Amino acid sequence: MSVPVLDVRGVAFAYPGGHQALFGVDLHVHRGERVALLGPNGAGKTTLVLHLNGILTPGAGSVSVSGLPVTDTNLLEVRRRVGIVFQDPDDQLFMPTVRDDVAFGPANLGLRGDELDARVVEALDLVGVADLADRAPHHLSFGQRRRVAIATVLAMRPEILVLDEPSSNLDPASRRELAGILRALDVTVLMVTHDLPYAVELCERAVVLSQGSVVADGATREVLGDAALMARHRLELPVGFSI
Amino acid sequence: MGAGPGAHLHIEGTSVLHQLPPHAKLVGLLAFVLAVVSVPRAATGALLVLLVVAAGLLVSTRVPLRLVLPRLAVEVPFALFALVLPFVAVGPRVAVGPFMLSEPGLEAAAALLLKGTAGVLSAVAFAVTTRPRDLVRALQHLKVPDSLVSIASFMVRYVDVVGDQMRRMRVARISRGFTARSVRAWPPLAASTGALFIRSYERGERVHLAMVSRGWSGRMPVTAPLTASAGQWALALAPAVIAGLVSVGVRLG
Repeated sequence: MSVPVLDVRGVAFAYPGGHQALFGVDLHVHRGERVALLGPNGAGKTTLVLHLNGILTPGAGSVSVSGLPVTDTNLLEVRRRVGIVFQDPDDQLFMPTVRDDVAFGPANLGLRGDELDARVVEALDLVGVADLADRAPHHLSFGQRRRVAIATVLAMRPEILVLDEPSSNLDPASRRELAGILRALDVTVLMVTHDLPYAVELCERAVVLSQGSVVADGATREVLGDAALMARHRLELPVGFSI
Repeated sequence: MGAGPGAHLHIEGTSVLHQLPPHAKLVGLLAFVLAVVSVPRAATGALLVLLVVAAGLLVSTRVPLRLVLPRLAVEVPFALFALVLPFVAVGPRVAVGPFMLSEPGLEAAAALLLKGTAGVLSAVAFAVTTRPRDLVRALQHLKVPDSLVSIASFMVRYVDVVGDQMRRMRVARISRGFTARSVRAWPPLAASTGALFIRSYERGERVHLAMVSRGWSGRMPVTAPLTASAGQWALALAPAVIAGLVSVGVRLG
């Protein structure tokens, strides 16, 4: 088997206050997969995500990205490889214009001039918002901001795109358009979500995290079809939705 | 309102001032203001000339007066202070209408108004012709410490976000029957303000996470370096040179 893009082994983590959030998490994601990371509130999903690019350091266990261990000396390359799109685009987009914001990541990687401009255009094109480059993030619609937030990460040409609640706060049309964009991207995706129909639509595989441990890992339809498992971990499909 | 960044102060245009590089303009503005301040306060005529220069700068931006006037409101507190000066200052008195006013006070008030207005007019001319983003780039180019540039940049980006949040909280208060009529309304207002601070602080933490996740290591990258030709520098510094000459002339003559 090839080297997994994401190789999380036995990661345990407790916050300085003593609250233990993760208890030995194992997760492997291979190139080209789209994986949904599901779980109730407080399951440790965000904590796990922050381990993937070295913002948090595991108390035990290890994380590797395409074979590169996440350590202090590799942080910049790890952060290039793992692109995290946070839930609120207003947190992700902090520069005065869309162009500056999309350029921020690649500029930190040392790109300048024409190469940088080309990278910005390429990333905005991938999410279909090249015409917004000179706008201020605040003047965009929420759906546009979500797309630009994804572009800011794509501009770093990541090996894996980690999305935190990508469908939250989107109207149905924006939600559907975003699904189309994500499906068209040639990148490995780990998607943290409570939107189970979205997980079924986009991800062939689902991992359920509950109380800091992986409790299920398999084909999305099978995982969501296991009524007992779902009920045990406070996961519910919307009323009227069946797989 | 333009859809461009920071629709508050900046107004799109094609005037000479709009096209000058922001760092040259900023240096020119600072030098002009310093030169105006250096003119002795008794030289009312010279100050009037410089006021006309500053007004000329603002007119040259070709921004409609109705858009410029509200931006001059920033001077009102200073103007009020200037009006009070002749009444409260000490020294020999002169009769002006029914009032006995302090002579040095009058002189100081006139100088304050003239210098202040010249400064405000030129600063507004700068503000309406410079995008907030370019102001941030200019500060960065002029080697202002990185943390100050970042703070300015975040302010440009988040002033609207925080303002919106404030408005939503206000609507939520009103929706539950709140009206700010008396001192008794202060505790809820103080609590809202506190909540806004905490939310902004938490947002700051999330923004920091997002920055670190994209490889930020403590320095804002310079992505579009600024350049200015000798001619552009000469234009940008011209008002300051005029003011400098006036100041020197007054002192020598």
